[in-house]
Amino acid sequence: MYESPIENYRGLFLVNFLKFFGKKTFSHGIHPPEYKETHHKETRRLPFPSHVILPLAQSIGKPAVSVVHKGQQVERGELIAKADGFVSVPLYASVTGVVKETELVLTARGTREPAIIIETALSSGQRQLEGVQRDFETLSRQDLIKAVWDMGMVGLGGAAFPTHVKMSIPKDCKIHTVLVNGCECEPFLTTDHRVMLEQVHNLIRGITIALKCVDAPKAIIGIESNKQDVLEAIKPHLPSDGSITIEAVETKYPQGAEKMLATALLGVEIPSKGLPSEIGLAIFNVTTLAEIGRLLPRGQALIERIVTVTGDDLAKPGNYQVPLGTPLSHILDYAGFTGEEAELILGGPMMGMSAASLDVPTTKGTGGILVLDKRATKGDDIMPCIKCSLCLQACPINLNPSELGQLAAKRQYDVMEEKYNLNDCFDCGCCSYVCPSNIPLVQYFRIAKTLNRQRHQ
Amino acid sequence: MAIKAPKIDLRTSPYIRRAPSVPQIMRNVVYALIPLVIFSVIHFGISALALILMTTLSCVATEHLFCKLSAKKTTITDFSAVITGLLLAMTLPPGFPLWMGVIGGFVAIAMGKTLFGGIGFNVFNPALVGRAFLQAAFPVSITTWTPTQVADRFIDFIPSTLALPFMRPEETAQWTAQVATDGFTGATPLALMKFQQVITESSSLFFGSVTGSAGETSALLILLCGGYLIFRNMLDWRIPAAVIFGTAISAEFFHLIDPDAPRALFMILSGGLMFAAVFMASDMVASPITPVGIFVFGMVVGFLTVLIRLYGAMTEAVMYAILFGNAATPLIESFTQPKIYGARKK
Repeated sequence: MYESPIENYRGLFLVNFLKFFGKKTFSHGIHPPEYKETHHKETRRLPFPSHVILPLAQSIGKPAVSVVHKGQQVERGELIAKADGFVSVPLYASVTGVVKETELVLTARGTREPAIIIETALSSGQRQLEGVQRDFETLSRQDLIKAVWDMGMVGLGGAAFPTHVKMSIPKDCKIHTVLVNGCECEPFLTTDHRVMLEQVHNLIRGITIALKCVDAPKAIIGIESNKQDVLEAIKPHLPSDGSITIEAVETKYPQGAEKMLATALLGVEIPSKGLPSEIGLAIFNVTTLAEIGRLLPRGQALIERIVTVTGDDLAKPGNYQVPLGTPLSHILDYAGFTGEEAELILGGPMMGMSAASLDVPTTKGTGGILVLDKRATKGDDIMPCIKCSLCLQACPINLNPSELGQLAAKRQYDVMEEKYNLNDCFDCGCCSYVCPSNIPLVQYFRIAKTLNRQRHQ
Repeated sequence: MAIKAPKIDLRTSPYIRRAPSVPQIMRNVVYALIPLVIFSVIHFGISALALILMTTLSCVATEHLFCKLSAKKTTITDFSAVITGLLLAMTLPPGFPLWMGVIGGFVAIAMGKTLFGGIGFNVFNPALVGRAFLQAAFPVSITTWTPTQVADRFIDFIPSTLALPFMRPEETAQWTAQVATDGFTGATPLALMKFQQVITESSSLFFGSVTGSAGETSALLILLCGGYLIFRNMLDWRIPAAVIFGTAISAEFFHLIDPDAPRALFMILSGGLMFAAVFMASDMVASPITPVGIFVFGMVVGFLTVLIRLYGAMTEAVMYAILFGNAATPLIESFTQPKIYGARKK
């Protein structure tokens, strides 16, 4: 076991106290309504769209580099852009068709980014290219990580961090436990839930691969206590040697954050500005591992993902298997959208992003498409901070959002970073959620962090 | 594409928000004060009612006036001025002349709140600023107590109530002598303790059958009203708890030094302590927000309260203690910032 580099303090004491009595949780956080109406809807395949828009930057790190030219015929599953450096992943065609062009398109981030547009050949069978069969049990650790890299895998929980980078543990760290994150704490979203019910075998295989990749002896699947059906579905399939276990933690937002999950399951804290590997942990999302378990042995690449389509004014909400790069218009059309005025959110309601156009495509990180009726989302006026301290009691990182917000209003971004630990904020949005004055705190922090980054460059 | 493109609304996450908003919180504080208003009216009669109405109207009108003067949208709809008015009235003697009450309301809002920039920016609790001003300006009227449960209290005003503006109010001693049945001395439990070394029974303090300011006499009722706000998650329970704890500890400490000093229970239940702990110290804007800071604040306020009560020249200790605590809040916060998740060993 690792000696904790953390200063022991009362928050952790409380967490461990509760853990002793069987309640696994973390300090602070919020309890938003769950709205998980689609959790019982089986995953269905969406018909292919007439074209797909594949932005070259779909993960954290450098964008991929296009290897196709205009007018080129591509097959579903064929490489269309290669990785540019280590922190970058390749991109594969999600439909069989013709490359129309490479142009700047509007993405969910609100910026215009280069993307490859492929016109779908609807007459073709749309069979995914057969890859090279791989026997994951005999492959070496390095080869497995390379295989994960080759399939273009990124964290499918939303952050889209390249998985092979995460699996490449620094030499001086020894991983003792792999945590498999099946919390899915964002309201509305149910993709991880469906994957855990429908793809148990893929998940177990994926975990076995991940254990090998990071050279760890055991894994714990952490789910929120509102997913008891998952607990029952997975338990019979766990290996008998006890190397993989499953545990339920408190249903609370943001339980699905790496740091919160580590605290809830093990009663430890990931050091500030550090990686989980520093205390011997590696943390992966369930859907990521299930996809690895499904695709790696077949040698195929990541070209589609499950997306929860839910919200107001939809005739057919549900969980859909969607080719990467499918425009929102196609998905909403199929889901029977009838609204006249709406907010279209890619991701969950706590951390997702508004799409400005129906042409915005889904990417590897898109776990949900949420349609909110504008009438239901209209915000109140922003009032001055009344220092109610609700944000302090909500912040899972124990920051002082009230003070940070006032500094942001004064544009003292450097003080925020140096004195009030701005960079430990991971944008969970709990502070904005509880604020009775409707102050967009987390948005202030995002802006401050972006400006600070630019300033340091 | 088959679907009609909707009008798209753009915002930033989070897209869902939890109630309550600030006006909702403020409205609920008003609801929580209503039982205290009713109790004080039953206790002291129509004079108390008139005083409560006048201070509240004065506060609301002042806030509206200042918003108009600074060409801002009026902020009276957030109900915070109503709270200031009610709180101010609750801390005044029931027979307090109405015109003085109006001035108190004006000072509370004008100098305690709008001068600093309105809601969210006040350094001190506005109601206490108003009261401190009245204490300095009208020391006699603010310490003239009248008996409770007078027979004709719902018909007759206490004579001093209706004093004409800027006229010296009529003496109430004669009236008090007429209506009081059993040797009423016109002294509050704290004054009795301070000047006559008489300790009032805890049970009378708890249920409120003593004299004092309009809303401060029943500790039980104050706790129930505060409990409602805590239950609705609109009052931070830690602040009243810290203040009461601080007072109790300090009282016991002074009792150890001087056995004649009253014990913790009397200190907590007498005077405005309970009311101030629940409704005054917990003014969100003027109290600390950090967990350790809240505790320090409570200890400071409690200690100063007991200190001033025992050694000061007056009995209005809680008011000064809280005003001092408000002033010290930025300092307290500066050295009690929370330790973040995963903070590394130095």
